[in-house]
Amino acid sequence: MDEVADAGRKPPLLEARGISKYFGAITALDGVGFHLARGEVLGVVGDNGAGKSTLMKILSGLFQPSAGEIVFQGDPVRFASPRDAHRIGIEMVYQDLALAGNMPIFENIYLGREPGRRFLGMTIVDQERSRQMAAEHLDRLHIEVKSVDQNVEDLSGGQRQAVAIARATAFDARLVIMDEPTAALAIKEVGKVLDLIKSLKEHGVSVILISHRLDDVFYVCDRVMALFRGGNFAEAALRDTSRNEVIGWIMGTKGHTAALAHDRVQ
Amino acid sequence: MAAREVIGGRRFAKAAERYGIVAVVIVMMVFLALLQPEYFLSVQNLTNVLKQIAMNSLLAIGMFLVILTAGIDLSVGSILALAMMAVAMADKAGWPWPVVLLIGPGVGIIVGAINGLGLTLLRLPHPFIMTLGTLNAVRGLTNLISDGRPISGLSAPVRFLGSAQIPLPALGPFGAIPVSAFVLLVCYGGVALFLRKISVGRHIYAVGGNPQAARVSGISVDRILILVYVMSGFFAGLSALLLAGRTDSGFPNAGIGAELDAIAAVIIGGASFFGGRGTVLGVFSGVLIMGLLRNGLNLMNVSVFWQQLLIGIIIILAVYVDVLRRRAAVRTEELTQSRATHWLLRRRRDLDSRSTTT
Repeated sequence: MDEVADAGRKPPLLEARGISKYFGAITALDGVGFHLARGEVLGVVGDNGAGKSTLMKILSGLFQPSAGEIVFQGDPVRFASPRDAHRIGIEMVYQDLALAGNMPIFENIYLGREPGRRFLGMTIVDQERSRQMAAEHLDRLHIEVKSVDQNVEDLSGGQRQAVAIARATAFDARLVIMDEPTAALAIKEVGKVLDLIKSLKEHGVSVILISHRLDDVFYVCDRVMALFRGGNFAEAALRDTSRNEVIGWIMGTKGHTAALAHDRVQ
Repeated sequence: MAAREVIGGRRFAKAAERYGIVAVVIVMMVFLALLQPEYFLSVQNLTNVLKQIAMNSLLAIGMFLVILTAGIDLSVGSILALAMMAVAMADKAGWPWPVVLLIGPGVGIIVGAINGLGLTLLRLPHPFIMTLGTLNAVRGLTNLISDGRPISGLSAPVRFLGSAQIPLPALGPFGAIPVSAFVLLVCYGGVALFLRKISVGRHIYAVGGNPQAARVSGISVDRILILVYVMSGFFAGLSALLLAGRTDSGFPNAGIGAELDAIAAVIIGGASFFGGRGTVLGVFSGVLIMGLLRNGLNLMNVSVFWQQLLIGIIIILAVYVDVLRRRAAVRTEELTQSRATHWLLRRRRDLDSRSTTT
């Protein structure tokens, strides 16, 4: 066993090995693998259809992989539903935010995990406590809203994003996956979200950030990984690469981009 | 200042949205009391209204749960008939009454489960299709088991829920409250508590608001869907008991078109056909509006045909008022936002001018 050789070294927080996903005749992912350490921020880039979102939906338990395995803290895990992923501390912020607009902020944050008394397999929801917990949690994240009773459909895009992140971090998250968290935001709000990611990292939470905005990736990430047509294409620590090289990866080119990298960080 | 007024207006709009429908009911009652003072307010008439709305109100509360998930249950009228016939036949066959009473809701739960499983397991594109299927199949089954013949003369315990009255001398010599009114009260109170306080009840709203949000929150959307169709079936079966009791019979043509009355009541009560929106109080008001309208028109000797026409117009009006209200809400929203932007711009200008002068 390799573990003997690795003795003394802690296993990574999360490792994916040979993940493949087929939708009928379409191969969305083909043997993708990667690893992620505690408190590490990994940027995942790739063109539309490269398989980023599919990979993340597998990690968050929404999809099941057709092949391959996920190893969490050294133990292989299987997620039948997002609830299984939540249980070990993997949370996801979806690109479409996945909030129920007809419900207030506090209910969205605790949806599916309402605080209250368990009774015959159901929960008698303690709305007062839920409200209070939501307000405190939003305070901790420095997210301002008029009232936690506001319906999500009455919020701005940035506020909705903040609520989605608040939901992902409401319980002890070990890994937060964010799919294009800044795509729909005003510039002022982008900075807030990126700072939020940095503070998650400081608290030892790992983050996977999917983004088309290389500014974001180069601002918060430790390492960047590129997918191309459903497979691993390249990866590097952020200090070992450049913006142009990463753009080349997204387009599926390697090698000759080094010559183009005239803005390489020295 | 202006912004505060707008926010106050919004709070008023929210209250109007919640209780406006109750005001409509009260206005109708006052109107009827003025038009038919000696008949409408008589204890007998009011008890009659309560008895008449019992069936539709139970179907409507079940339909409401389904519509909250953006679904529809067309089979409730047929479930009512099958449950009613099954109850009548079991009673005639001399089964003990506690078993007979369980048969009504039991039949409803079974057909509801078939609806829910068909919808989720077979992945039919819309509940309209699954329940249109059971609407026909269950009606056919009802005619098959009964040979298309009604049965009358049920035992007293089976009639109890639908026909018994609790005398209340305080209301005058004929003063009494029908037992079915208590059944309604318990059902509506129960559903209201369930939707407000129990996690599963909140999940029904979430599934109606955004099924994807529910799914990624770890809620089993399929399980919620099955549950609401089972509950709808249960209430249809319960209403079968009430109708069997009231008419002292079971007839295979019972509840033809009843699903449409139930849908009408839910929509008039302000629930959104697209799911996620609506209150139990609204549904009850919708049922009352339909019941009072029929009662009032009967008292005034207006023909049934006019009643149909009017109910049709009211459905359209009720939804149109909803459309207007939503448009007004959007306008208030835009107003607050544009005022806020103005304020920001002005403040920015002030700051700029200050920084240039210093």
